Amino acid sequence: MTDLNKLGLAEARDLLRKGETTSVELTQSCLTAIDAAGALNAFVHKTPELALERAKAADERLKGDNAPAMCGLPIGIKDLFCTKGVDTQAGSRILEGFKPEYESTVSQNLIDNGAVMLGKLNMDEFAMGSSNETSIYGNAVSPWRRGNDDAELTPGGSSGGSAAAVAADLCLAATGTDTGGSIRQPAAFTGTVGIKPTYGRCSRWGTVAFASSLDQAGPMTKSVRDAAIMLEAMCGHDAKDSTSADLAVPNFEAMLTGDIKGKKIGIPKEYCMDGMPGEIEQLWADGTAMLKAAGAEIVDISLPHTKYALPAYYVIAPAEASSNLARYDGVRYGHRATLEAGDGITEMYEKTRAEGFGHEVQRRVMIGTYVLSAGFYDAYYNRARRVRTLIKKDFEDVFAAGVDAILTPATPSAAFGLGEMTDADPVKMYLNDVFTVTVNLAGLPGIAVPTGLDAQGLPLGLQLIGKPWEEGDLLNTAYALETAAGFVAKPGKWW
Amino acid sequence: MSIDQSTAAKVAKLARIKVEDDALPALADEFNTILGFIEQLNEVDVEGVEPMTSVTPQRLKRREDVVNDGNQQPKVLANAPDAREGFFAVPKVME
Repeated sequence: MTDLNKLGLAEARDLLRKGETTSVELTQSCLTAIDAAGALNAFVHKTPELALERAKAADERLKGDNAPAMCGLPIGIKDLFCTKGVDTQAGSRILEGFKPEYESTVSQNLIDNGAVMLGKLNMDEFAMGSSNETSIYGNAVSPWRRGNDDAELTPGGSSGGSAAAVAADLCLAATGTDTGGSIRQPAAFTGTVGIKPTYGRCSRWGTVAFASSLDQAGPMTKSVRDAAIMLEAMCGHDAKDSTSADLAVPNFEAMLTGDIKGKKIGIPKEYCMDGMPGEIEQLWADGTAMLKAAGAEIVDISLPHTKYALPAYYVIAPAEASSNLARYDGVRYGHRATLEAGDGITEMYEKTRAEGFGHEVQRRVMIGTYVLSAGFYDAYYNRARRVRTLIKKDFEDVFAAGVDAILTPATPSAAFGLGEMTDADPVKMYLNDVFTVTVNLAGLPGIAVPTGLDAQGLPLGLQLIGKPWEEGDLLNTAYALETAAGFVAKPGKWW
Repeated sequence: MSIDQSTAAKVAKLARIKVEDDALPALADEFNTILGFIEQLNEVDVEGVEPMTSVTPQRLKRREDVVNDGNQQPKVLANAPDAREGFFAVPKVME
């Protein structure tokens, strides 16, 4: 069979169970696609030998009766996850050459579930970015283009390599992480599905930390069904992460009935932003109509503190980052600057961090240092944490009033061109996360579902936000939206 | 609040990131742009609102206070830029 790499997880799983293909064949097909896709710069550390070894082991397991859900399915892993013996750099020079001696819990869960890692995927440095342009590896490039225009577009960020790889069929699915929108925004930009689960669903152990109170891992896939399958494989309680939830993980796939009759879907008025393109407004209205036609009840809601989510995020996330990234000191791992005679340990720290961190990371670490410094802690950091409490309460009030899920746009625009935002001030880039960042601050599950194309033929996505721990219900609503939208467009192959 | 060059230099020092003097004006400008954006938070009435410490209402789990890991010195040192005789090596700290 040709083009096995174009399959989704569910289809490939079913073929494997019927004995109509093998994990080795699936893996080979993806490896061939990866080698031909250098122009996308999605896979930055390839692990073909390891992949084939795991594929062979998976084929053996598949002969028995107890092969796990993702047995034999080839996937990509974002460079943020520590993978034993395999380069893990978080897209940063400061982790050059770092080969972890351990495996992150999420990637270990995937290994235990039989998944086959093809390699590590490009990302913004330390997951700080919305366009994959802050990576030490260079830009990841979207497989999508504006009609016949050959300008390179961003796949979004920070999980840009994951989004590009899934959209271009270099793997069946990929892991991502989301601190302010880094799964949902790239998914929306590339016509793929991405879910950030409730804070605490996925263990953060072994995932390079950015902002620990916001970071969550999640799957990036070709369909909602695939997201359900992979999320179940990734999450679960982990004693090694004290914020990991000790809750049973449901069979998410079994919850995909497509029946959303009587569900109350909230439409928040504050998400209608000034200057939002007409196409995004139309998409949102179309999505609302689709859910209504599927039997949901549509209600107008208000989340009054929405406007303050981004500024609160740009205090809290840099503050946590400045603390988390203090560990990169040139002593225990990664890059150390060459020192001059007479340089002491302070010079070593300062030169190592100046050379090892890129511009955006330096900027955020310093902003974080400032908002945490004596005299400003209350004015900035504590105020932002108070606003965060209010943002979470906005959602709690709406859910308490009977709303089951909230529908919003996923991004304020379609994908922009690489380099187009270079001269913009940093705040303009931050606005990419305006619809997604509230969800991280409130710790809620959110999913981006491809819903339409813009006039230039680029994908647009909608976001559904669910109640805490109700990913199953959220995935089912997303499944109903996906079914109604019938999004099937794929990028034409130019790479 | 506006950040001048000397404040920018102080922040860089606190963050242990070397910033050349000629880069300080641009850095101070960037800080001011971002802080200007953050200032919006002053519009919010936060009187009596608790600062969030945990986004999910859960008690941290407790465990026995016992050693449950260790004896992996070679693994700990495997990625060090400079490891000697079983230790991390750094420039001289004391005169």
